[in-house]
Amino acid sequence: MGALLLDPLAALGRGAIAACRMAGAVALFALEALSHLVRPPFHWRLFGRAFVEIAYYSLPVVALTAIFTGMVLALQSYTGFARFNAQSAVAGVVVLSLTRELGPVLAGLMVAGRIGASFAAEIGTMRVTDQIDALRTLSTDPMKYLVAPRILAGVIALPLLVVVADILGVMGGWLIGTTKLGFVSAAYLRSTWDILETIDVVSGLVKASVFGFIVTLMGTFCGYNSQGGAQGVGSATTTAVVASSILILATDYVLTEMFFAQ
Amino acid sequence: MRDGAQETPKLRLRGLRKAFGEKQVLDGVNLDVPAGHSMVILGGSGSGKSVTIKCVLGLIEPDEGVVEIDGRNLLSMPRREREAVGDRIGMLFQNGALFDSLPVWENVCFKLLAQKRITRRAARDKAAEVLAQVGLAASVGDLYPAELSGGMQKRVALARAIAARPDIIFFDEPTTGLDPIMGAVIDGLIVDCVKRLGATAVSITHDMASARRIGDLAAMIHHGRIVWTGPAATLGNTGNAMVDQFARGEREGPIQMELRR
Ligand SMILES: Nc1ncnc2c1ncn2[C@@H]1O[C@H](COP(=O)(O)OP(=O)(O)O)[C@@H](O)[C@H]1O
Ligand SMILES: [Mg+2]
Repeated sequence: MGALLLDPLAALGRGAIAACRMAGAVALFALEALSHLVRPPFHWRLFGRAFVEIAYYSLPVVALTAIFTGMVLALQSYTGFARFNAQSAVAGVVVLSLTRELGPVLAGLMVAGRIGASFAAEIGTMRVTDQIDALRTLSTDPMKYLVAPRILAGVIALPLLVVVADILGVMGGWLIGTTKLGFVSAAYLRSTWDILETIDVVSGLVKASVFGFIVTLMGTFCGYNSQGGAQGVGSATTTAVVASSILILATDYVLTEMFFAQ
Repeated sequence: MRDGAQETPKLRLRGLRKAFGEKQVLDGVNLDVPAGHSMVILGGSGSGKSVTIKCVLGLIEPDEGVVEIDGRNLLSMPRREREAVGDRIGMLFQNGALFDSLPVWENVCFKLLAQKRITRRAARDKAAEVLAQVGLAASVGDLYPAELSGGMQKRVALARAIAARPDIIFFDEPTTGLDPIMGAVIDGLIVDCVKRLGATAVSITHDMASARRIGDLAAMIHHGRIVWTGPAATLGNTGNAMVDQFARGEREGPIQMELRR
């Protein structure tokens, strides 16, 4: 009877220990990757490839997400605020929600799905087919070659994506505002611009950088440590996407607290 | 009795032990490979042949033991020196392990490019030269590994292993998965390349014909230990019951297949 009661507790304990162990391993992995950024040589060619992959090829999904989000925000806040006769706040709500919060978070989640998965699958396949061992025998440090350039690319590329997302999101809101909700175009843009402060944009871009770090770190970490053939690569990919999505949302709270809590 | 006159072996393993969890994979491997010789290591699947080689290459850290190259213990060397020794070693992986995101020419010249011994511009010509040594046309250099047949991939992997002119080369089951004729061709290429470089070679195989073609020395690993070493030519009638059973592929003998472990 006692054993039955204690069983879930034991499972919980095991889970907690596994989580701690993974957190430690990720931290060590991140430190080693960062140390390669300051120790030459740096593989610029691979950085360029990863940068294009993240910034350029994620552009369509991030752009679509941002436009629709801006449109929905305008519509929702208009109908909601109509109850308080506060419809004039729509432009401000759209731009602040996007720059501070939804731009970085949605772009981060989209990139987690695309890039986290593809990095984990590519590096995981290299692991299970001995290509990572082969790198070592060819005078190349796999952390320096496979991991460091990708992480730097993520840290730089995501803020650029978010700038685009912010602009397109505001345009989505403006589109609905002027065509459906009866705002005057110039006045809508004026109030967007007036309410926006530097910190709103900067905090969003810092978040984006951190999310770029999280996604590329988890993608490379899970791929690098995958084992056990095709199935191992599959579960590494899943773990990379799930873990980076959760970490993005949790980190988002912490960063918001740091930037905006009184 | 003194045998100080004897040369230091190129590669010397002493008491190499490695366990994965409960399982003792290497249980005190001792092996000497004299410079300029070609040693084949025989043994059943899962007997620890690949793990032995990976310990030498620094891909797996052994629990205990000595790995000496030219009389210097790799395991007690500072990292930088160990990397310098690694620069002189070539390796052909069991399944090729070609980089599938890179074209063949970049695969072949990868080590030379990594060590900055060659420019990217010169690398294409160099790749063509090395590919010719393994019987491939220069045009293969522009293909990607996925576009090649198994035999061609093995040749490219061989080209990559020898391109930086190593003085020790390891071959992990170079002919497994190839048809017998292609196997013989790859064996021939290996012998030629090793001879041209004047290198010391260590090959893993469980194909007897291949072992006799590649090796002048042979060793047999069983249960994580080297149980026999001798000239490769005597394989099949060495007088060691285990080796002879393995070489002749007999079901009855001192080696019992463990199907469940
Ligand atoms: N990285 C590893 N982790 C756990 N076990 C391993 C690892 N590498 C090899 N082994 C185990 O060691 C044993 C010997 O493997 P290996 O040297 O690859 O065999 P082979 O002689 O066929 O090359 C196998 O049973 C394998 O399961
Ligand atoms: Mg093997």
